[in-house]
Amino acid sequence: MYDIKALYEAASVEEAIALLQAHPQAQIIAGGSDVLVQIREGRRAGVELVSIYGIDAMRGVTCDDDGTIRIGSLTSFSHIAGSPIIREKIAVLGEAVSLVGGPQIRNIGTIGGNTCNGVTSADSASTLMAWDAIVELKGPEGVRRLPIQDFYIKAGVVDLRPAELQTAIIIPRQAWEGYHGHYIKYAMREAMDIANLGCSVNVRLSGDKRVIEDARIAYGVAGPVPMRAPSAEALAKGRPVSAATVKAFAKAVLDDIHPRDSWRGSKVFREHIGVEMAKRALAKSIELAGGALDG
Amino acid sequence: MYTGQRVKRVDARDKVTGRTRYTDDLCDRGAYIARVLHSTIANGRVIAIDTSEAEKVPGVVRVLTCFDLTEKHRFPTAGHPWSTDPAHQDVADRLILTDRVRFWGDDIAAVVAEDEVAAAQALRLIKVEYEEYPFVLDVQQAMEEGAPQLHEEYPNNILKHTQIRNGDYQKAIQEPGLTKVEGWYETPVVQHCHIENFICYAEAEGERIKVVSSTQIPHIVRRVVGQALGIDWGRVRVIKPYVGGGFGNKQDILYEPLCAWLSLRVGGHLVKLDVPREETFVSNRTRHSIRSHIVSWVRPDGTYAARKLEAFSDQGAYASHGHSICAKGAGAFPQLYPCENVEVDAYTVFTNKSVAGAMRGYGIPQAMWAVECHTEDVCAAIGADPLAFRRKNLMPVGYVDGFSKNEMYYDTFNQCLDKAMKAIDYDRKLKEYQNQTGDIRRGIGMAVFWYNTAVWPIALETSSCRMVLNQDGSFQVQVAETEIGQGADTAFAQMAADVVGVPLDKVHVVSCQDTDVTPFGTSAYASRQTYIAGFSIRQTGLMLKQRILEYAHTLTRMPVFNLDIAEGNIVRTTDGRVLMSLSELATEALYSLTDSRHITAEGTYQIKSNAYSLGCTLAEVEVDIPMCRAKLLNIVNCHDAGTLINPALAEAQVHGGMSMGIGFGLMERLIFDEKTGRPLNNNLLDYKLPTILDHPRLVAEFVENPEPTSAFGTKSLGEPPTCSPAPAIRNAIFHATGVALRETPANPYNLYRAFTAAGLIHDERQVAQDV
Repeated sequence: MYDIKALYEAASVEEAIALLQAHPQAQIIAGGSDVLVQIREGRRAGVELVSIYGIDAMRGVTCDDDGTIRIGSLTSFSHIAGSPIIREKIAVLGEAVSLVGGPQIRNIGTIGGNTCNGVTSADSASTLMAWDAIVELKGPEGVRRLPIQDFYIKAGVVDLRPAELQTAIIIPRQAWEGYHGHYIKYAMREAMDIANLGCSVNVRLSGDKRVIEDARIAYGVAGPVPMRAPSAEALAKGRPVSAATVKAFAKAVLDDIHPRDSWRGSKVFREHIGVEMAKRALAKSIELAGGALDG
Repeated sequence: MYTGQRVKRVDARDKVTGRTRYTDDLCDRGAYIARVLHSTIANGRVIAIDTSEAEKVPGVVRVLTCFDLTEKHRFPTAGHPWSTDPAHQDVADRLILTDRVRFWGDDIAAVVAEDEVAAAQALRLIKVEYEEYPFVLDVQQAMEEGAPQLHEEYPNNILKHTQIRNGDYQKAIQEPGLTKVEGWYETPVVQHCHIENFICYAEAEGERIKVVSSTQIPHIVRRVVGQALGIDWGRVRVIKPYVGGGFGNKQDILYEPLCAWLSLRVGGHLVKLDVPREETFVSNRTRHSIRSHIVSWVRPDGTYAARKLEAFSDQGAYASHGHSICAKGAGAFPQLYPCENVEVDAYTVFTNKSVAGAMRGYGIPQAMWAVECHTEDVCAAIGADPLAFRRKNLMPVGYVDGFSKNEMYYDTFNQCLDKAMKAIDYDRKLKEYQNQTGDIRRGIGMAVFWYNTAVWPIALETSSCRMVLNQDGSFQVQVAETEIGQGADTAFAQMAADVVGVPLDKVHVVSCQDTDVTPFGTSAYASRQTYIAGFSIRQTGLMLKQRILEYAHTLTRMPVFNLDIAEGNIVRTTDGRVLMSLSELATEALYSLTDSRHITAEGTYQIKSNAYSLGCTLAEVEVDIPMCRAKLLNIVNCHDAGTLINPALAEAQVHGGMSMGIGFGLMERLIFDEKTGRPLNNNLLDYKLPTILDHPRLVAEFVENPEPTSAFGTKSLGEPPTCSPAPAIRNAIFHATGVALRETPANPYNLYRAFTAAGLIHDERQVAQDV
């Protein structure tokens, strides 16, 4: 039995916006895998809800002729993982979301909910961050598109204006073409867990596979919101594919990440693991991109 | 013969089709909902509670606080048999609600409402004013002078201190040439995490109170509800439906007295108390965290000259099962590796933490963690082979414990080790994993365990059984030993079918215990159900059979001693002729116009024996040193549980116990905030119970040496599988890395600390500066 004051179900994006305008206190609910937990805990008890779960127009993964990948915000993790477009072009995103919770959560949980929560541990977030994803928002004022890095404001807070909802996540062609990536979730168990640290790396190698043309790395739980490690990225760019590069890249993340001390893990522990993850994720990404490390 | 066969569970069909009804399924939907308000300080006193806002919530029936408890009857909660000797009674230190708060989560008030939402809303609106006292969370700090005191009657918070003194330790350590090996070993607070949280409901029936509870121990609940309410025990009726796991948490009186009291305070209306998972972690029971200190003096020939154990068991805030847990482990210490000169000091100490009670293994998983980690450390110190050392020093054939009179009848340890080693390919892997370098290393380790069966001679062992014959030759079997998911009913049906001589489907085990009608017994604990019920089932079955045969004599004129029952027929033993079916006999017995009989049998068997149940675990791990992870690759348990009544159920029991042991070894730990005493991870997300993906294939092996004292050759298996996986995993990690963990679980936090201390990994900032 949940303490819910009212539930309004929207059949379209426009109706959802209208409902949110009519009920300014209302909270958006999609799959409910987070919202219902919060209601049960009493944090959102007595809440009004606008359900967007029935808006099928917000589901599915498509790729436009110009190569823009568009993931409807209501697309479930299991659909993303099964999407041929994702498998072919950004396989790592499917792999990352396959590590969320368990099968039931992956069937009900949506990528929009995962990002709109604003939590740093979201398994999709660091990968989206590392692939320069763009968030599409629709509200009474129309459509906004902003880089996912700007979408995150602080822990638990994203740039959603009143009566606005996230409708899609977009990855432009230049952000994915030629890139290969790997995600490592560091958690205490193999399933049904939230990352203590998540690390998503991707690289684009030169034609001869000997130079790192571009490397991108993002972390979850290395700070209050998902974050990139720009020092490490800058260091790797243009460097030869080598074990030394991988090592230097990994150490450089320490200039960027700032995990905190908590009972879920000390700062020094997370830093140690963060460096090791960067090393392994970059090495794996290079391997996926066809490069070979010099031992 | 049905015993020894892999017959299907008698409740399998209902359970897999969802037809089985558990406590919540049985409760009328019109029940009021009760919720408990728990203290949010770890030590202190409630000064005042303001319920005015809570009472205004629509749907709230009553808000009752510790100040409404006018009749204060202190009661014990341990699911032990009562003792008529006051000196042996459990400590009565609980009240239905308390103003003297001793841990974060103590029970101070309750809401009764028409539904869950109103109850939850009201709970949030109750305002409590406390007087706070300093608190203590560490077991040894709690013993220091000046530490905060929890119970006035127990100075230095010591609930109990017991000693064992065998031989002359001080003299023995003077022997020249001895190697001293010393270590501290610690286990954390963990919780049972049974699928079905504790739930009960209560309502008045005339002048009596009926409680339906998800409990392991209905007859004990009846007694304690009577004690807590200060009413005659016969005025309490307790019903135990199917239970979704208990693991010892439900071998304790949890909220049955509170629920009964709440019902009586709302006019006897039906009240249901369904404990949320978060509260189950904090305000039910936990496993005692035990810190052990072992000193061993080893001779050059690899034998023990003298040994010493100090164990400090963290009781939490109330006595519950108390010192029994620590004492069990302490009692095992001199037996597992017999040594002439032994000193044991066992302390059970109150701290301001959640209350520790019974949990699968009852102190032995903690004791085996200490003893078997230490055994490995001894081997490392003297350069002995861990397997050879164990074979040389473990309890030998013919060993008899003076107290319990338990005897080591067979070469069980060697048989179990041999079988487990073969199953895991020990010798090859041991060799293969020597001298590894690199980030990822493998190791293989072992641990043995000591366990016994039932509680004789420490406490009463009794079992009563009733059998009632039906017209079709089938019969009901009633015992107080409870089905709590382990498969007891199936084992009982197999035994009863064999004793009476009927097909298995002619035995109807009455699964539900109702203290008004179920014969007396103290139910599910101490891994005793099959052993204990076996005696009364055999005795009562023979009695029933005798009565059937006596009636057969009146119908057939054949002498009783020439008659038998086989496959549901009355058979003349002299020529094997089937004289009549049991169904014909039973129908005639009930409807005979000349000699009508209701053929039943009922009896009590008092058991005055106990039995060793021993075995081992072998584990293989892969350790990723930089990532601070240990992955379990293979694990094998081998048990001598005597003759198996049902090998399929026995394997399932072992798998479940191993899983619990894996959690204990690798992942689980309930954490309390040092600053507030508040539990930090009391939910199934933050408390890391292993998932199916964290398990390798679980291999259960058995050595079936028939137990001579047992009615069916069987002995305990419920708890033993949990006792040895954790130290076996630890010893495998030791083998892989050379790092000897002192504390379980081997989770990344503990591995990070241990690997850093061992110099296997380094502070990244330091390394970064070097680059």
